[in-house]
Amino acid sequence: MAFPYKKMTDADFNSIRKLTSSDRVFTGSEIASEYFRDEMPEYGIYQPELYVEVLNTAEVSAIMKYAYEHNIPVVCRGAGTGLAGGATCKYGGIMLSVMRMNHIFPVDHKNQTITAEPGALLVDIQTAASKEGLFYPPDPGEKTASIGGNVITNAGGMKAVRYGLTRDFVRCMEVVLPDGSIMNFSSNVVKNTTGYALKDLIIGSEGTLCILTQVTLKLLPAPTCTSTLVMPFRSLEECADMVPEVLKLPFIPTAIEFLERELIDIVERNLNKMFPVKEGEAVLIVMYDASSKQELDDAVAKAAEAALANGALDCFIAGTPERAASVWSVRGGILEGMKADSVAQEECDVVVPRSRIAEYVKAAKKIASSHGIRVEPCGHCGDGNIHTEILRDPEMSDEDWKAATKASLTELYSLSKELGGQLSGEHGIGNGRLEYLEDFVGERMIKLYKSIKLAFDDKLILNPGKVIEFNK
Amino acid sequence: MKIIVCMKQVPAGTKVEIDPETGSMKRMSEEARTNPYDLFALESALQLKEQLSGTVSVLTMGPPQAEEMMRDAYAMGADEATILSDRKFAGADVLATSYTLSQGIQMLGGADLIICGKQTTDGDTAQVGPAIAEHLDIPHAAWVSEILDADEHSIRVRQNLASVSQIIEIPYPCLITVDKDICVPRLPSYRLMCRTKERPVKTFGFKDMPDQNLSRYGLIGSPTSVEKMFAPPETEKQVYFDGSSQEKANALMNILISKRIL
Repeated sequence: MAFPYKKMTDADFNSIRKLTSSDRVFTGSEIASEYFRDEMPEYGIYQPELYVEVLNTAEVSAIMKYAYEHNIPVVCRGAGTGLAGGATCKYGGIMLSVMRMNHIFPVDHKNQTITAEPGALLVDIQTAASKEGLFYPPDPGEKTASIGGNVITNAGGMKAVRYGLTRDFVRCMEVVLPDGSIMNFSSNVVKNTTGYALKDLIIGSEGTLCILTQVTLKLLPAPTCTSTLVMPFRSLEECADMVPEVLKLPFIPTAIEFLERELIDIVERNLNKMFPVKEGEAVLIVMYDASSKQELDDAVAKAAEAALANGALDCFIAGTPERAASVWSVRGGILEGMKADSVAQEECDVVVPRSRIAEYVKAAKKIASSHGIRVEPCGHCGDGNIHTEILRDPEMSDEDWKAATKASLTELYSLSKELGGQLSGEHGIGNGRLEYLEDFVGERMIKLYKSIKLAFDDKLILNPGKVIEFNK
Repeated sequence: MKIIVCMKQVPAGTKVEIDPETGSMKRMSEEARTNPYDLFALESALQLKEQLSGTVSVLTMGPPQAEEMMRDAYAMGADEATILSDRKFAGADVLATSYTLSQGIQMLGGADLIICGKQTTDGDTAQVGPAIAEHLDIPHAAWVSEILDADEHSIRVRQNLASVSQIIEIPYPCLITVDKDICVPRLPSYRLMCRTKERPVKTFGFKDMPDQNLSRYGLIGSPTSVEKMFAPPETEKQVYFDGSSQEKANALMNILISKRIL
C-alpha cells in the first residue's frame, strides 16, 4: 500500500519544473489559496505541495510517471467549481491544473461532434456548437465550469429531464493513467460493444481513476424556439404534486424546477434580482424547447391548462429571452443568495424517484425543523434531484451546527434510501459525502469500488481519499 | 386615474439589420416582439393602477399585426388597447409619429399620466415620448429611473440624466419615459389571456383623428430625410490585463476610477 505518501522535496519540485516549465510550477506560499478548496470550503481546505499548469497530454503523462515512481499523490483540477470537496489535495502532493489545456477543435459536422481539451469552459463549448447551428445540452448552473470537470463528475443540471446527463453526450476520450500511460476509451462511434464500457466508468469517477486529456462530445440540432412557464401554487406540496402531471403530458419538458417563496425572497433580498411572479408560496418553473412555434404553442397551452386543473393559481408565460432571463436569473442566483444569507451552508444532493418527490420534500422539512435548522429544498424536480440546502444562522455555535447538520444529513440520506433514491444526484461524493457512502451502498459495494480503484490506480496516488477511503 | 402607455412592436432579434442595397432598416424580417422598454412602461403603469386604482390603456401606431402585442398587454393586465393603423401613417419620422400618437391620445379623451419606454430598440431616438408631451403641451420627465411617489394629483420621479440624477414632482396631466430596470415586468398570465380572448383591440385610422390636416401625418408630415443608415460600431469591448495580480488589480482600479464607477 502506498500510504503514507512521499513528502515532496526541492529535488521533486525541480524535476516537475524540468518536465514542464518553471514559470508554470508553484510551490509553498506561491500557491494561491483558491487552489486549497473548491466551491465548498466546508468540505476541506488542503494546501498542495506543488501546483503545476500543464499544456498537453505529454506533460500530464510525464508528471504521472514521475509521481507513480516516487509515490506522490496527484489531484487533477479544472475550474474548481465542484460542490463536493473533490478537487483538493487531501494528502498534499501535486495539484495538476488542466486549465491551460483549453483548445476546442472545429465542429465535426459529419459526426455531429465537438472535441475539446479538458480546460475548455462549458460556456465556450456551448458557444462553439451554437455558432454552427448545433447544441450541447448539458447545462449545470455553473457555465464557467471546465468541460473536463463536467465529464469527470458526470455533471447533470436542469436540462437533464429532456436531454440526460453529461454521460449521454460523451463519445470518446483520451486519458492518462496513474502510471503515465496514455489510453483512449471508445472512439467517435455511435455504438460500441467492444469489451467493458470503461468510458462510462470514467465519467463520474471524480478524478480517482485517470486524468482526462481530451474528450469528444455528441451535439444535437439546436431547438429553434423555447418558452418558460411559471406556475404558482399555494404550497410546496401542491407544487411537487404537479411534477408527475407535467410529465404525463405528450410534450417532454426541457427543465422542471421548483422554488419556494422563502428562497425567492432570499435571492431578491441579497442579490436584488426581482422575480417577475409575486403569486404563490411555491412556484414550478417548466421549460419547453421545440422545433416549431406551433409545437411550442401547443405544449405551452396544454401545460397551462394542466396547471390550472391541478390547483395552480395561474400560469405565467415567459416566451421571450428577456422574460425567460428574469425567471432563470433568480433560479440561477440561489447558491449565491444563500451564501449571502447565512454564515455556512451544507447541501444534501439526494435524488429520489419522481413519484416520491412530494413525500421527500415534506419529510425533509420536518427533519430539519426537528434539529432546529433552516432547510430550503429546491432544484431539479423534473428528475427527482432535490437540492436540500441546509443553512447556518449566525447565532448558531460551531458544535450545534455540526451536530445538527450531521443528524439531519443522516436522516435525509436514510429517507432517500427508504424512498428508493440515491445519496447524490449530480454533485458527487468527493470528500464531503464520503462518510455517508458506505452506510448507503453497503460493505460489498465498497469492496467492489475498491477493486475498481486498484485496477486503475494500484498505488492509490490519484485524488486519494475521495469517493472511497483506503487510509482510514 | 387614467394612464395611457405608448408601445411599439419591434423586430424580435437583438441586432438591427440594414439592407446594404437600399441603406434602409430591415423591419419585420423576422418575428416581432414588444419593444422591451415599453414593458417597463406597462409594468410601471400597472403598479400605479394597483396603488391608486383607475385604468391602463395601451396605444400603438403600427400595422394590424400589432394586435399580437396588444393581446400580450391584455395578458399582463391592461384594460384597453388601441392601434392607430393607416397607410397614411406609414413612413413617419419622430415628428409625425409623436404627432399621430398625441392625436390618438386626444381621441381617447386624454390621460392623467402617459408613460412611454425611454426608447425603442429599432429607431433608438428616445425622442418620441418627449415630443408627444410637447404636442399635447403638458410637462414631461424623460429617462425616469424610479417612481418615488404618486397620488391623485402628481407624481414624483427620479431622472437619471447623463451626468446628474434629478428628483422632480410633476402635476397631472404629464408624461414620463422610463428607463429599463425601473422594475421587473410581470409575465403574461394564461388566466388573463383566456379571459381577454374576446376583448376587442380597437383600430383607428386617419379619419378618426381630431386633426384632419394630412400634411401632419406619415411620410408627408416627416421633414427628416435619411441620407444613409448604418449599424453603429459595437461599443462594448473586452480588455485584458497583463502583469502580476497587483498590477492587474491596479489597472482595473484605474479604469473603474476613470469611468467614475468607483
